[in-house]
Amino acid sequence: MIAFEQVSVTYDGGESPVLRAVTARVEEGELALVVGRTGAGKSTFLGAVNGLVPHFTGGTLVGRVTVFGRDTRTHKPRELADVVGVVGQDPQAGFVTDVVEEELAYGMEQLGLAPSVMRTRVEEALDLLGIADLRDRPLVSLSGGEQQRVAIGSVLTTHPRVLVLDEPTSALDPTAAEDVLAAVTRLVHDLGVTVLMAEHRLERVVQFADRVIEVRSDGSVLEGPPESMLAVTDVAPPVVQLGRLAGWDPLALSVRDARRRGGSLRAMLSGQAPPPSRSLPAPGGPGHGDTVLTARRIVVRYGDVTAVRGVDLALCAGQIVALMGRNGSGKSSLLWALQGSGPRRSGTVDVRGEDPKSLSSSRARSLVGLVPQTPADLLYLDTVAEECAQADRESSGDSPSRPGSLPAHPSTTRDILDRLVPGVPDDSHPRDLSEGQRLALVLAIQLSAGPDVVLLDEPTRGLDYSGKQSLANILAELASQGRAVVVSTHDVEFAAIAADRVVVMATGDIVADGPTADVVGRSPSIAPQVAKILAPLEYLTIDQVARSLGAAFLEPSETGLPDPPRDAPRDASREAPSGSAGPAAP
Amino acid sequence: MRRRTRRWAVADDRRVPRTLHPVAWWIWAVGLATAASRTTNPLLLALVLAVLGVVVANRRSEAPWARAFKYYLAMALVVVGIRVVFRTIFGGDINAEDMHVLFTLPHVPLPSWAAGVQLGGPVTAEGTLAALYSGLQLGCLLCCLGAANVLANPKRALRVLPGALYELGVAVVVALSVAPQLVESFQRVRRARKLRGAQGRGLRVLRGIAVPVLEGALERALWLAAAMDSRGYGRTGGVSRRVRVFVGLCMVGGMCGLCAGAYGLLDATAPLPLGVPTLIAGGLCCAVGLALGGRQVHRTHYRPDPWRASEWVVAGSGVFAAAVLFAGLGAHGHGLNPSTHPLTWPSLPVGPALGILTAAVAAVVAPPPRRPARGGTRPAPPPAQETTCQAGSERAAPPTSRPAGKIVGVGSQASGVPR
Repeated sequence: MIAFEQVSVTYDGGESPVLRAVTARVEEGELALVVGRTGAGKSTFLGAVNGLVPHFTGGTLVGRVTVFGRDTRTHKPRELADVVGVVGQDPQAGFVTDVVEEELAYGMEQLGLAPSVMRTRVEEALDLLGIADLRDRPLVSLSGGEQQRVAIGSVLTTHPRVLVLDEPTSALDPTAAEDVLAAVTRLVHDLGVTVLMAEHRLERVVQFADRVIEVRSDGSVLEGPPESMLAVTDVAPPVVQLGRLAGWDPLALSVRDARRRGGSLRAMLSGQAPPPSRSLPAPGGPGHGDTVLTARRIVVRYGDVTAVRGVDLALCAGQIVALMGRNGSGKSSLLWALQGSGPRRSGTVDVRGEDPKSLSSSRARSLVGLVPQTPADLLYLDTVAEECAQADRESSGDSPSRPGSLPAHPSTTRDILDRLVPGVPDDSHPRDLSEGQRLALVLAIQLSAGPDVVLLDEPTRGLDYSGKQSLANILAELASQGRAVVVSTHDVEFAAIAADRVVVMATGDIVADGPTADVVGRSPSIAPQVAKILAPLEYLTIDQVARSLGAAFLEPSETGLPDPPRDAPRDASREAPSGSAGPAAP
Repeated sequence: MRRRTRRWAVADDRRVPRTLHPVAWWIWAVGLATAASRTTNPLLLALVLAVLGVVVANRRSEAPWARAFKYYLAMALVVVGIRVVFRTIFGGDINAEDMHVLFTLPHVPLPSWAAGVQLGGPVTAEGTLAALYSGLQLGCLLCCLGAANVLANPKRALRVLPGALYELGVAVVVALSVAPQLVESFQRVRRARKLRGAQGRGLRVLRGIAVPVLEGALERALWLAAAMDSRGYGRTGGVSRRVRVFVGLCMVGGMCGLCAGAYGLLDATAPLPLGVPTLIAGGLCCAVGLALGGRQVHRTHYRPDPWRASEWVVAGSGVFAAAVLFAGLGAHGHGLNPSTHPLTWPSLPVGPALGILTAAVAAVVAPPPRRPARGGTRPAPPPAQETTCQAGSERAAPPTSRPAGKIVGVGSQASGVPR
């Protein structure tokens, strides 16, 4: 049992408390879901459970947090290790040893358990999480989902009564995420472990939750049973949004429930053809529809591992392509090869008659811009203003007079950034920006070179629903300028709202390529929730349903999220880009 | 060689594969190193290298660190090379009348305060050979340590450290796992720089790479510290300040004693009291410190390595080799340290040679290392580049590690749809 009593947390140098007078309880055996927008303080809330906040992070905690009677004021994290198990966002960063089996035993060694006990518990954990065949694999060779399960197993062996998981599936592809969540629910149902879990992609977990705790942007916390809480939370998965739209009470939380309830909705929608999932730019736009990039027989190999095997791909101006597939299926390798900076064993890339690989890197980026998976890799200066100025200098060297290309961007990086995400302060440090702002900054830097093709590698990690919506709006604007956009993503809901075309890769091959509705809509594993609920109707997004129903309350929010009116004061300054990016909204 | 390996392999089939206790490997290797340190006879040193090679080839595991022996060999070659080159440049023999002069470098007169250092001058066969021998000896020591590192999992070796030194062990383990991550993020950032045009030279480029790499490393270090803290690291380290200071003094004093003692013991010209007595005193001091420091640390080991007969034999064979060369058994005259002035052809003293050969017993007596089971189906860890390109936590999934099918199924379903 976890109890927060009037807890406020203020970090050193912070102006306002991150958590404000929080009172909450999680009963034994519950699965509590901690939701909230990016930067709202979910991690702080979770960290307070085992005393990492404030013992480790610094700052001031007022009030009292008790975990099964132990007060975090008097117990340091290490003294709570036998009661609370914590798995952080990046499991790899928390690994202390190098082999799976030893990692599972590490916590028990610290507690001084007898070797025979350790032996049995390691075997139990291996079975419980389905990782027995990984027993003596090096940790670095594991895939993301395997790493996450090993990390959970490594805290389980100490038999904690509470498990704290901070975004356990944010970096995983849908199938790996299923594996992890299945393991977690098994722990809750079979072992009665109390689980406290923060998660951005609620669509995966909300159906398992017994309690929802919302950390609001002002630092206050609301809690309650999921059905009533989700009717009012800032963030909501598509199934809940659909329920809100249709006025279901109580809300359906799983696809199964929604499908059983949705008969009348399906009947209502069946008469008309669904509107397009993304409002396409006018066909008369600049260069719209031309093939901008043609790649033939691309092969990428690392040693004896073939990451991309002979892929053909053509990208059209004004089109947004979502590149999907498991972790390690070759998506990143393909993007890097298309940009020209990555390795390419054979094949050709043709962007307006030139191969970016054969050009200097500054010329190549004026043809194809790539935003890598960790955008922060590109940033090295102390302020946003310096980064923008540096980007202008870097881009000014490019020859703007390419025949047949788009006119070089007349504006500066700062202007582009302001168009993408208004209000990023000039003097803030790039590391202090929110995920969405940092992504926008790097995107602006890459756009300053005026590329015809924009590639984004996994941009949706760490973005909440509104962050993803504004990213989709940004991409739509880029496409409407006549650029070809490719975005690799695991997030099917994002692909549904953002992409015109979906390309699925597996083991280095393209296995599916077609319009979003065809590829994603009919798949059992990567269909968005709306498609699953409304099948056989070909709807993909809430937005389509809302437009079909002619719902009037789409108007107030340009983000496309049909938020019910509520008077929550929202501190948007630290949030992901609040979307006002452009002409994507209908 | 191959036939013999096969015969051993048959014998190995009847034994339960396990990892030998790392301390046994270390005693064995240090024993051989001690033996090597007593001789400059190139034939004996070559014999030591041969023993190391045979044992490493037969008893190393398939772990990444176990493939490193060739690097130690390369390093030994570099040491020999440096030793010879330095001797050639700085050690010109002034009074080379009765020596064989190979060639003469121009002599650079040095000011009087640098007396004792020669720059250039005649280079003699005697001097070069002496440098070669001592270089070989150094290289041999290096390879002994290398063999220990290759044969014993360095991390398991650290686990036998007494409780008081546990923190040190953890620091080393963390450093070992962080180093490859640093390399990986360095490569990732360098590639990312190209995306930005990557112009400029010198300091600016360095900054563009160093800042993101170091920021990332710092962030990871903090995450790791938080994870270790919340998993109970340092949980029972409640030792009082006075005890801690005393333990520290004991350890430092003991280490000094050990070092001085080892020096006295190994250097034949050192005064006698510097040898065994200091070593024993230092050892006692350390033992007291470790016992006191470890008393209040309550920690256990998962699957501790047992110490059985094989361990005794392996460690004993190393100690035996050291003892034989120490006593100079069966070596007479210049057997262990062949003369280079006058030039003589080194002879192979039988006693020491047999002593060194005894250490090769380890190649048979040590149990075969555990090979990863299901060898054929095990996916190899992806090469470093693979992980760098799938940067961050999107790791290359080994093809066999997850049930294939779901997304592929999508493909087969959707690929018929015309675009």
